[in-house]
Amino acid sequence: MSSIVPAPVARQPWQMLFPLFGLIAFGALVLTSAAAGDFSRYAESHLVRFGIFFVAAIVISRFSKDLVKFFAYPGYVVVLLLLMAVEIMGTLGGGSQRWLEVGPIRIQPSELMKPAVVVALARFYESLPVGVIPTWRALIPAGAIIALPMAFVLLQPDLGTSLAIAFGGGLVMLFAGLPLRWFIMAGAAGLAAIPLAFFFALKPYQQDRVTTFLDPESDPLGEGYQITQSKIAIGSGGLFGKGFNEGSQSHLNYLPEPHTDFVFATMAEEWGFAGGLFVIGAFAIILGWGFKVARNSADRFGKLLAAGMTATIFFYVAINLMMVMGLAPVVGIPLPFVSHGGSSMMTNMICIGILMMVHRWNLDAPKRGLMA
Amino acid sequence: MGIFSRRSGISRRTKDLVSQTTLENAFDRRTFVIAAGMGGLGTILAARMAYIAIAENERWVLESESNRVNLSLIPPRRGWILDRNGAPLASNRADFRVDVIPDRMNDPEKTIEELAKILDLEATTIADITKRIDDARGFQPIEVATGLDYDQFAAISVRLPDLPGVVPQRGFSRFYPTGPSVGHLIGYVGPASAEEYEENPDPILITPGYKIGKDALEKQFEQDLRGEPGARRVEVTASGRIVRDLETREDIQGDPVRLTIDGPLQDYAARRIGLESGSCVVMDCETGDVLCMASMPSFDPNSFSAGIGRVEYSMLRDDERVPLRNKVLKGLYPPGSTVKPMHCMAFLDAGVKPEESIMCNGGRRIGNRFFNCWSNHGRVDMAKAIYQSCDSYFYHFAQQIGFAKVAEWAKKMGLGEEFDLPVTSQFYGTVPSPAWKERKFEREWQPFDTVNSSIGQGYYLTNPLQLAVMAARLATGDRVLPRLRLTDDKPKFEHFDFSPEEIGYVRQAMSDTVNGPGTAGRARLPFDDILMAGKTGTAQVVSLSVSDGRTGPWKYRDHGLFVFFAPFDKPKYAGAVVIEHGGGSGAAYPIARDVMTFMFDPAKGIEALRALEEQWGGTAQERLDAKYRAYAAASGEAVPPVPTRDEDIFDQVEAEARVAARQPEQLAEEAIQPRVDTRTAQEVQEASPPPQAVPTPTNIPSPDPADVPGAIPE
Repeated sequence: MSSIVPAPVARQPWQMLFPLFGLIAFGALVLTSAAAGDFSRYAESHLVRFGIFFVAAIVISRFSKDLVKFFAYPGYVVVLLLLMAVEIMGTLGGGSQRWLEVGPIRIQPSELMKPAVVVALARFYESLPVGVIPTWRALIPAGAIIALPMAFVLLQPDLGTSLAIAFGGGLVMLFAGLPLRWFIMAGAAGLAAIPLAFFFALKPYQQDRVTTFLDPESDPLGEGYQITQSKIAIGSGGLFGKGFNEGSQSHLNYLPEPHTDFVFATMAEEWGFAGGLFVIGAFAIILGWGFKVARNSADRFGKLLAAGMTATIFFYVAINLMMVMGLAPVVGIPLPFVSHGGSSMMTNMICIGILMMVHRWNLDAPKRGLMA
Repeated sequence: MGIFSRRSGISRRTKDLVSQTTLENAFDRRTFVIAAGMGGLGTILAARMAYIAIAENERWVLESESNRVNLSLIPPRRGWILDRNGAPLASNRADFRVDVIPDRMNDPEKTIEELAKILDLEATTIADITKRIDDARGFQPIEVATGLDYDQFAAISVRLPDLPGVVPQRGFSRFYPTGPSVGHLIGYVGPASAEEYEENPDPILITPGYKIGKDALEKQFEQDLRGEPGARRVEVTASGRIVRDLETREDIQGDPVRLTIDGPLQDYAARRIGLESGSCVVMDCETGDVLCMASMPSFDPNSFSAGIGRVEYSMLRDDERVPLRNKVLKGLYPPGSTVKPMHCMAFLDAGVKPEESIMCNGGRRIGNRFFNCWSNHGRVDMAKAIYQSCDSYFYHFAQQIGFAKVAEWAKKMGLGEEFDLPVTSQFYGTVPSPAWKERKFEREWQPFDTVNSSIGQGYYLTNPLQLAVMAARLATGDRVLPRLRLTDDKPKFEHFDFSPEEIGYVRQAMSDTVNGPGTAGRARLPFDDILMAGKTGTAQVVSLSVSDGRTGPWKYRDHGLFVFFAPFDKPKYAGAVVIEHGGGSGAAYPIARDVMTFMFDPAKGIEALRALEEQWGGTAQERLDAKYRAYAAASGEAVPPVPTRDEDIFDQVEAEARVAARQPEQLAEEAIQPRVDTRTAQEVQEASPPPQAVPTPTNIPSPDPADVPGAIPE
């Protein structure tokens, strides 16, 4: 680029970072309003966390390919053990628990598992001989890598996170080139299994969420209430919103979780459709950049890694937005970079860090083929 | 995922050849497709948002406003009910109250328990509230308590977050200063029933603290009294906490309703009835204004308006003196001898001269049967027939002119008439006549029917208001119509075709009843210049074989009646007193005397009452309260609940009143048993020139004698 800008700075993926900073700043603004104008309640810690995890992302982006490959499996196993530890402690403590406390820091292993699964799968397919891709040998270990953590997360029970793991892992398998018919078959089987899963696997409260999603008016004061209130917030915002700190839905507590799961509704009420376009646009740019990084990667590991991370972030964004707009059942999944919450910030910033890492690898070793 | 990639899948299956290049191609294709899918989803989300926020904006703005703004109605203050002098008979009192809305309660039982602890409610009250909650549709507010003191109100207010569905508020509750005295006249108020709300789904009807008229005048004048609810717009949080007031519109109080009732007189009459069960009506002869319409015993409308408790209801139900029945309008009694002056008017109209006399030989032969008079009066003319209440005279002339003619006059004089009054219901009774009997029983009119009817027995049934109207019409010769609502215009009444002499004659005879050698000497007013005219009456309710009418079981005793007007020569006030099972007219006319005394000289009237109330154990209100406490203490918790609907209570009371009114009918259908004069010789002496007393008089320490009807078949 321009010579005035020092090379290390110019090398950074600014096309992604600007929208990201924009989202974070916007998120801080919305969180200030969600705390009834109190900056210190949510927004401050939001920015501080972003600062910390951004540094962490920079650090991650400096990792070398070999290091990542080396730690791919051990990392996965450690996170899996943590997940099991949570489960065991929860059982001993007599209640479901999702996190481990280490001093002041609470680690939620299920969150770490999302990128860890992607890294492990990328490592697996990278090392797999090309010839065995269409065989069962490509499927069974990968399936195990996904299914094990899913099982533990489901036990917590955390349907949202286990679906996130499945989505990220499944897309990596798809990108790895496994025969498409397997996915079609799995999809068909999945469709067939939905009724069974609904009646036998879901807990009553999860069933309620699904039924109220299908018919929000059936329970206007329970689960449907949240969706309805969210739609009221978004709908009453109009084109440009009610103005900063003027949202009645969030300020008068009609909106549930105005700073976490329903932060988008809080935002939409005050900033309107324009604010919504900004958020969706920013995510589009970030995710688009993620795919570009994947395509530009010279090797299979980088490609799968980048595409998997992008898919993971996408899953958060898509489910959250669908939920707040009444297109998906209420699942406790926050909106990346905007919602208040350390775990989601950590996961998403790890994904960003890994994307930046792959981006750096790409700059160091450009893709062969057409370039060459 | 696109036909393109699917086809590639098929081709791969056929070739099953995978190389680095095909994998890279597949990756590119698949990431492209997935990215495109993501972009598509992003577009859908943006479109969805645009749809909600722009296309449906109006709807959601409205919903957001209805979330944010809570419109709470302020129940309007009810219009006052005033007496003729502008003093309130029903007013409003500011108080603290607490209601619950069943729909909004999570755990009604626990909430009520909590409230009961704060308010120190009794077990029966809790049972009542619980029953009301069970019976109510969820949206109906249920009153828990009114008249809380500030500490209780504050105690509930601070616990509100833990008590969902509980609504404490400052409001107004209905207040009847004279309590039971106006119970039947004014009625009471209560929350609207579910049916009323469904008929007219006005949100004010389910606003806690809003009450509508449930009986009598409160119900009749509902539209006037109701007023316009105020409204308060407040910004509220989801949990219902009020953030700020946005706008308040004051309520508009309902219009006052001014009655013709004289409040102090009404209260006096009600209290004067004392321990008896009866009613007292006083009217203004010139205007038809009903000055007092007391029916006792009664209920306390204050406590009814606060919700009818099971103990109170049970106590009133069990009372054989039927405190829930308005006896002025729904008590039907044979008028007895009170109709005699009116019958004389009929005789005069038929050409009978006042001087025409008959011989009463302790009775008279009518047709081929001999019918007893209650005494032997010797030679009797019209005046003596009235003041001595000689039955033989009426047997004779009623037979002579025919009872159809008499019945015609009875109707003209107001008996059997339904008056145009703002009351929920009135029983109009029966004026028997040959045509009526034919119609009703398809039986021929017998001479003994004439005999019975001529002295106000037999099928004759009247209510006390009709008797009062009859007295007013007798006194004035005008067709006086009663009215309850005060207006400025003086009504014009049709005048009956009687000469002033004829009217004067009857007035004089009725005055003699009280002030002369008549049957009600003790009814004389304690004034030299004001003379009251009247006519006693005794109505037999069972045959002599069951009871002698004066002693024995209360419900077999004779009714005591008295109609009157005063001053006798220039009538201003007229009225009637009916005492159920009073044992004769002696129970009735002292009340009339004291009420009229109060009318002309309140101090004197009160003095007389005070002495009596001391004997009785307090005022009507005090006695009712004492009775309630005793009843509650005796009944414990095993009290059956109150009917769910207030309407049911009064429907039942009305049905029972109809049954009660039919009781004397049985008597009329039988051949009537002979009745004997049970006065002491001395009393007879006082009252009239000594006739040959028929049997040996028994010495019963009862008040003044009444005229006792009787007719024996030969």
